[in-house]
Amino acid sequence: MRNLLPVLTIVATLIALWYAAAVALNAQWARDQAARAGETLTMSALVADTWSQDKPKLPAPHQVVTEIWNTTGAMVLEGRGFSKRSLFYHSWITFSATALGFLLGTALGIALAIGIVYNRTMDMSVMPWVIASQTIPILAIAPMIIVVLNAVGISGLLPKAMISMYLSFFPVVVGMVKGLRSPTPMQLDQMRTWNASANQTFWRLRLPSSMPYLFTSLKVGMAASLVGAIVGELPTGAVAGLGARLLAGSYYGQTIQIWSALIMAATLAAVLVGLIGLIQRITLKRMGMA
Amino acid sequence: MISARNLSLTFQTGDGPVHALKDVRLEVQKGDFVSFIGPSGCGKTTFLRCMADLEHPTGGSLAVNGISPEEARKSRAYGYVFQAAGLYPWRTIGGNIRLPLEIMGYGREDQDVRVKRVLELVDLAGFERKYPWQLSGGMQQRASIARALAFDADLLLMDEPFGALDEIVRDHLNEQLLHLWERTNKTICFVTHSIPEAVYLSTKIVVMSPRPGRITDVIESTLPRHRPLDIRETPEFLEIAHRVREGLRAGHGDAV
Ligand SMILES: Nc1ncnc2c1ncn2[C@@H]1O[C@H](COP(=O)(O)OP(=O)(O)OP(=O)(O)O)[C@@H](O)[C@H]1O
Ligand SMILES: [Mg+2]
Repeated sequence: MRNLLPVLTIVATLIALWYAAAVALNAQWARDQAARAGETLTMSALVADTWSQDKPKLPAPHQVVTEIWNTTGAMVLEGRGFSKRSLFYHSWITFSATALGFLLGTALGIALAIGIVYNRTMDMSVMPWVIASQTIPILAIAPMIIVVLNAVGISGLLPKAMISMYLSFFPVVVGMVKGLRSPTPMQLDQMRTWNASANQTFWRLRLPSSMPYLFTSLKVGMAASLVGAIVGELPTGAVAGLGARLLAGSYYGQTIQIWSALIMAATLAAVLVGLIGLIQRITLKRMGMA
Repeated sequence: MISARNLSLTFQTGDGPVHALKDVRLEVQKGDFVSFIGPSGCGKTTFLRCMADLEHPTGGSLAVNGISPEEARKSRAYGYVFQAAGLYPWRTIGGNIRLPLEIMGYGREDQDVRVKRVLELVDLAGFERKYPWQLSGGMQQRASIARALAFDADLLLMDEPFGALDEIVRDHLNEQLLHLWERTNKTICFVTHSIPEAVYLSTKIVVMSPRPGRITDVIESTLPRHRPLDIRETPEFLEIAHRVREGLRAGHGDAV
């Protein structure tokens, strides 16, 4: 509760700044319109206009909130919560690609990390490639992945998930290599004195020790997955998904739609990352590592 | 039980070879309680690690239980207690003691019986379901000793197990360790920096000296097997402590 006041102050300040910026950015258009009609605007009329334009340069917060409400809550009330115009529908499309890509990326990341930790050759050879893979701008290869997969008859969810996977396996590899190597020499010596097999050492020592590292990576990986899924929706001219909403919005200058899709994406990311944070807290607490 | 002949170990380091052990000879009989004492860097830990097959000697021969250290390790002939308790935070005390038993493939019921038995042995009965962080440092160290006792190894290797504990806790644990040794008839190799601790516990005190790491004196204790704590006030005890101190001084100029 003590934290609430500062948080609210900051939120209020940000909203005030946003409104001010909306006035500043949209005023030119309002003045031009008025001039064409041969009118002069009073200050209050100008402000009111900048906050209620159809295609503002920067929509005011309440316009975005209204748009989000109209495409989420209001549609649910009408019983069309999952229609193709609803943001829930588009979020779901993006989320399913994010989730699949995240799972694939996590699996690939953990597998590579195990290979790197247990295999000398992989240790020497794989990491440079992993790093190189991330230096290529995702916007450059996303269309290629989509086109290539389309050519072999794979379309829809999977190509987008592949891009998510491409972005999300990286933090998992890096984190898990560190995590699997986190047992101290003493802990490893101790396993040796018991003549433990590599398998036993992995399941009983290395894997549990790596949990804090894994969860940290998963949070980064989840956020990267969402970015990947949205980017994957852009080059295909997809008709569904938050990326499609962004793209359609920018085609038609629907800034309010763009902003509501952005805010929806941010909310989705916050919820997903928060969920992992929750699982992390519970797991680590139970493991006595928090 | 342990037989070292001309044992040597040289570490190759960035600034030249380090002779951690040189021409070490030692015979340890079954049932002995042997303490290793000497200034820092004289190779006590290295010697113990050689017995445990955690370090490979570069010369001489070493037999544990009549076989090579590697075979001894593979047949799980010894328990090793490190300076830090090293309990897994995600396992209960019982779960930690069970860990080597799981690895060695003991049956579930056998595990339960053994965990109960060793917890009683180190005076921790009733703590099976507690987590390590719920125990004091001394209790954690006792749990780690229990873990080394849980499986059938006749040899216990201990590297400064009580080094991080205060005097009073240490006295208490020393007493318990002696009891345990009397009851279980194990052979114990014990590294320490404390002369009274070495004299109180041991049947045989090995005095070592550094650069190169070697044994300078082996003192057979004349104290009885059964030792109450106040044996440390007797002239006999002080006499042996004096010999140990002399041995340390001889091996190290006047520095000790
Ligand atoms: N892995 C290693 N690589 C190189 N040198 C080592 C290594 N381990 C030990 N040494 C060296 O070997 C010598 C003996 O070390 P050791 O740890 O056995 O001493 P110690 O008697 O146990 O000392 P302490 O009382 O401080 O624990 C030291 O000079 C140390 O620097
Ligand atoms: Mg040492």
